[in-house]
Amino acid sequence: MKMSVKGKAYVAGIWEHPLRYIPHRSTAQVHAQCAKGALEDAGLSFSDVDAYFCADDAPGYGAWSLADYMGLKLKHADSTRDGGSSYIVHAGHAAEAIAAGKCKVALITLAGRPLGSRAGLGEAAIRTESVVPQGSHGGVDEVPEAGFEGIWGYTTHNTYAMCAMRHMYEYGTTSEQLAWIKVAASHHAQWNEHARLRNVVSVEDVLESPMIADPLHRMDCCVTTDGGGALVVVAPEIAKSLKRPLVKVIGHGEALKGPRGGLDLDLTASAGVWSGQQAFTEAGITPTDIKYASIYDSFTITVLMELEDLGFCRKGEGGKFVADGNLISGVGKLPFNTDGGGLCNNHPDSRGGITKVIEAVRQARGEAHSKVQVPNCDLVIAHGTGGWLGTRHGAGTLIMERE
Amino acid sequence: MTDLESRPTKRSIPVPNQNLESKPFWDAAKDGRFLIKRCSACDKPHWYPRTMCPFCASTDTEWVESKGEGVIYAFSVMRRGTAPYAIGYVTLDEGVSLLTNFIDYDLDALEIGQRVRLKWSPTGQSNPPVFTFAPV
Ligand SMILES: [Zn+2]
Repeated sequence: MKMSVKGKAYVAGIWEHPLRYIPHRSTAQVHAQCAKGALEDAGLSFSDVDAYFCADDAPGYGAWSLADYMGLKLKHADSTRDGGSSYIVHAGHAAEAIAAGKCKVALITLAGRPLGSRAGLGEAAIRTESVVPQGSHGGVDEVPEAGFEGIWGYTTHNTYAMCAMRHMYEYGTTSEQLAWIKVAASHHAQWNEHARLRNVVSVEDVLESPMIADPLHRMDCCVTTDGGGALVVVAPEIAKSLKRPLVKVIGHGEALKGPRGGLDLDLTASAGVWSGQQAFTEAGITPTDIKYASIYDSFTITVLMELEDLGFCRKGEGGKFVADGNLISGVGKLPFNTDGGGLCNNHPDSRGGITKVIEAVRQARGEAHSKVQVPNCDLVIAHGTGGWLGTRHGAGTLIMERE
Repeated sequence: MTDLESRPTKRSIPVPNQNLESKPFWDAAKDGRFLIKRCSACDKPHWYPRTMCPFCASTDTEWVESKGEGVIYAFSVMRRGTAPYAIGYVTLDEGVSLLTNFIDYDLDALEIGQRVRLKWSPTGQSNPPVFTFAPV
């Protein structure tokens, strides 16, 4: 029989930090606060945790520092780095580890303070040389593509922008269509009291916002926020012993994509083509079954390409699919990012993966804001793209079902 | 060339990182020769250059000189910051696509499909030049 995570693990605890600017705490403190929040949400405690997952936002080397900081006693740890999609991938890895009998209660945390990290320190804010070993010997010189790519000033903005340019060239996608993605997110964010941006915006507002990297305007880009979140993924018998709605993992996929030797460069599709297919195949459902979708929105173009790649519409038809409010809860066919997403609500430490899982679980539990809650929301997806869509990136997909 | 003030040449391109595998490329660049790699086993060119072919895993790869001509595959002009600059992919006539910056062009007149040609940009002193591209 083929190994699968389907039904082998449940997301029992979720917590999103309410703040978007955190000048008054250390980053480890915020991780621990998120962990406590998610464990309390599940009805568990730190002593129940036997597996811990974190990415490179966790201070220290791998999982070592934070696992010790929080006093965890672990059988399993995983510090997979997959950019903003890390935490979706972690949820899948946690389900795999639980399915394999390696652990029963997996904690996943994210926290970062790009805005508030040096506030309140006075002279101590002067950075000192890191004493923690970072990467392998030789540093960036030994990163094979560094000399050939790192010199060109590539940023998240202009690499995602190149994808948008090519998508427009091949499929006639327009800036107006991309703007609809931000408009939909803003309609949802108005109900989220914690959202960084709560104003409802129009297509015109997006098009009139300053150009950052052609063709992406400021409002095509996600917010920058401090913050964090945590997830608790548990074995079925643990989930059934708790008092929370049962949200089980039924499919997971992950994939990586880069320029692949330069011979078949295709900036109009992401690794989500493969991660999505894996997850849907494992879950045994199709995109039309999905009631709610958390779709990574580092930029509007990210959402458009991911929707195509996951199969919600055909390649090239994403522009038409997102237009005219089709992503707005209660209005369109596919309610997405009902917390306001990274475009309006939260993109803690420039990593949106964990909030994607959190809002999908809220929807599956029926605990989203009443103005955006999808009725009978039994099948949900959380999908992320980490890294640089125009150079190298990872994708993670998680499909969940409410029992 | 309407907007001389915002010409991207103002962005100073850093000295490229080198390691033992990439050094022959940069040594040739100092002599004005633009090299790509071709696999002797499967005959496919690849970019960026490696000792092992990413398509068939053969380590029988050789350096070949490219004419440095091709078309723009995708680009974006970065408007944020002090000096606007254009990043993009060029698909060389040999078939491989590479990331680069464009120079000597009108900021608002780049187009996908436009023909471009290699034009080395210096990185100072005895450092190797880098492979920027300009419209033909
Ligand atoms: Zn080969």
